[in-house]
Amino acid sequence: MHINHLLILGANSGIAEAVAYEAADKGIKLTLAGRSEEKLIALKSDLTIKYESEVDYVLFDAFNISLHEAFYDSLPNKPDAVLCAFGILGSQEKAQQDWQETNAVIESNFTGAISILNIIANDFEEKGAGIIAGISSVAGERGRQSNYIYGAAKAGFTAYLSGLRNRMAKSGVHVLTVKPGFVKTKMLEGLETPGPLTAKPEDAGKAILSAMIKKRNTLYYKSIWRLIMYIIKSIPEPIFKKLNL
Amino acid sequence: MQEITNWNLYPKVKAEVKSFTSKNELARLSGMHFDTIRGNGRSYGDASLGAKVIDTTAYNKVLSFDTEKGIITAQSGVLLSDLLEIIVPKGWFLPVTPGTKFITLGGAVASDVHGKNHHKEGAFSNHIEYLTLLDAHGNLVQCSKQSNSEIFKAACGGMGLTGPIVEISLRLKAIETAYIKQKQIKAKNLENLLPLFEENASYTYSVAWIDCLKKGENYGRSILMLGEHATKEEVKSSHKLKVPKSKALSIPFNFPSFTLNNFTIGAFNQLYYSKNISAVKEMVTPYEGFFYPLDNILHWNRIYGKKGFLQYQFVIPKNDGGKGIIKIMKMISNRGMTSFLAVLKTMGPEDTGYLSFPKEGYTLALDFPIRKGLFEFLDELDKVVIELGGRLYLAKDARMSASVFHKTYPNIELFREAAKKTNLSKDFNSDLNKRLSII
Repeated sequence: MHINHLLILGANSGIAEAVAYEAADKGIKLTLAGRSEEKLIALKSDLTIKYESEVDYVLFDAFNISLHEAFYDSLPNKPDAVLCAFGILGSQEKAQQDWQETNAVIESNFTGAISILNIIANDFEEKGAGIIAGISSVAGERGRQSNYIYGAAKAGFTAYLSGLRNRMAKSGVHVLTVKPGFVKTKMLEGLETPGPLTAKPEDAGKAILSAMIKKRNTLYYKSIWRLIMYIIKSIPEPIFKKLNL
Repeated sequence: MQEITNWNLYPKVKAEVKSFTSKNELARLSGMHFDTIRGNGRSYGDASLGAKVIDTTAYNKVLSFDTEKGIITAQSGVLLSDLLEIIVPKGWFLPVTPGTKFITLGGAVASDVHGKNHHKEGAFSNHIEYLTLLDAHGNLVQCSKQSNSEIFKAACGGMGLTGPIVEISLRLKAIETAYIKQKQIKAKNLENLLPLFEENASYTYSVAWIDCLKKGENYGRSILMLGEHATKEEVKSSHKLKVPKSKALSIPFNFPSFTLNNFTIGAFNQLYYSKNISAVKEMVTPYEGFFYPLDNILHWNRIYGKKGFLQYQFVIPKNDGGKGIIKIMKMISNRGMTSFLAVLKTMGPEDTGYLSFPKEGYTLALDFPIRKGLFEFLDELDKVVIELGGRLYLAKDARMSASVFHKTYPNIELFREAAKKTNLSKDFNSDLNKRLSII
């Protein structure tokens, strides 16, 4: 399958930028959507200067759900592929005490993502073509005390993408669930992560775009995370609940 | 907290490091009492070290490139290597480049770097259209040689003590090809080398590599490398502005320091010489090998072992400069303080920056693996450099004393006054500043 025009929602996230560079290198037209105009302009100029590719940008706020319909309607040319890459990690400790923090994690990773993807999925379904990719997380595979609010939101998003894939299968629209492990982006700044399990954003970007083009269903990146999560999911609950994870 | 260090692996400090991708994020960090700003960690000193450090490498976008006029504007964290990939195919080159392309644009300004063309074209600051800085109030200040010139003079070579450099607009140099017409001349010793520099002063690029190990009359045998950007006619390839990708080798771990005895250094130099058999050799070569010979050996710094090394780069004026260079080289040889690389260049008149390193004369750069007695020895060398009217390069320095610094950088008061305009309450206070009391 070929992608002509990719819409990236949350285009300034570390992984999203890496996908954007990879797509620009392949000559794919890009529409960058995000909250910070300054960052979008900088990314657009960098992509345009480096790859002489066609790039535009549009402001988009995942939290502002009432504007999602208008946002999509306003796009002059509709994309044939979308990557939903936004979502904040938040602070687990803070979220336990502070509903605002919890709600922001849920709204960005779950509610906001579903709101905009509902709209895009309906459009793609009507056209009978398109690729939808969502960046979920291995954190959604099993709740752990260190980040279960983020994990719960991502688990919800994973379930959504799985259901959407099932619904779209008959209409020629493909849905990819991306489950990154550690990717060395700003999101992980200050966190020490084990080297062999930590991916470079540019490698993740390549893998994601390639999985979209190849119409894969689920991408673990790095792929070792599929095995790691399989093991983590197999630990019996009576033991799991006592672990310090 | 993480451990950070620069290219020479000394000193190492524990630091809280934060990056940013927009001016707003930078302004927020700047208000949080960070000690210093850090690029790609390719300096040899402590200017980018402190307990709380702002990392610019994620702020790395190219904002505009005028391919007609040759002006490129970018965020401070972009690497020169990224710029080269963009500009060379369009017929442009960096106006000044140091010996590695893996430095950030902001670092190039803050160190006011020089290259093999300083005697002809000055330092980096000589080619800047304008800079923007973030001042202590979180406002952006634009400066250039013409406007807000005190701030400009402080920021260029100011080692980050003027607060963060945000954007840089650079005037590029037009090239016809991505190749260098290179000429190599072998010199038997230092006495022969120095006149060769003078005879070839019209070359845009010149640099000499010196073998510090040979004793007796061959002491200081060297190769002088001269270069000009090759014209279209001089390049046979049909892709004039494209060069073949070179393969990078990586040194994957720190060498144990005992491998770095005189024997291995001798072997290295021998190897280097065997490639250059005839006395004078001319060739047309891709720019990368000419400007960045060591960039193809990634992590070459690890060859010195875990303890790291010190780089010692000084400049001394030309009158007696030749004798001065010979004197210092002899002191090094007599102490058995072998240096792996000795690189000699000539420099033109002083640059704009109050703390810019270059001044008219000879500059010599040496690497010394850290071992017992080295620091004391370098203190002795400092005295000789001061006597000869010279000074040390702050981007290469991790150890000189405050008194040596203050004796050799006469514009310090002007710098302090200007630095107040953007770094009002001395919020930015790097380990370099703590050591040298610059502001």
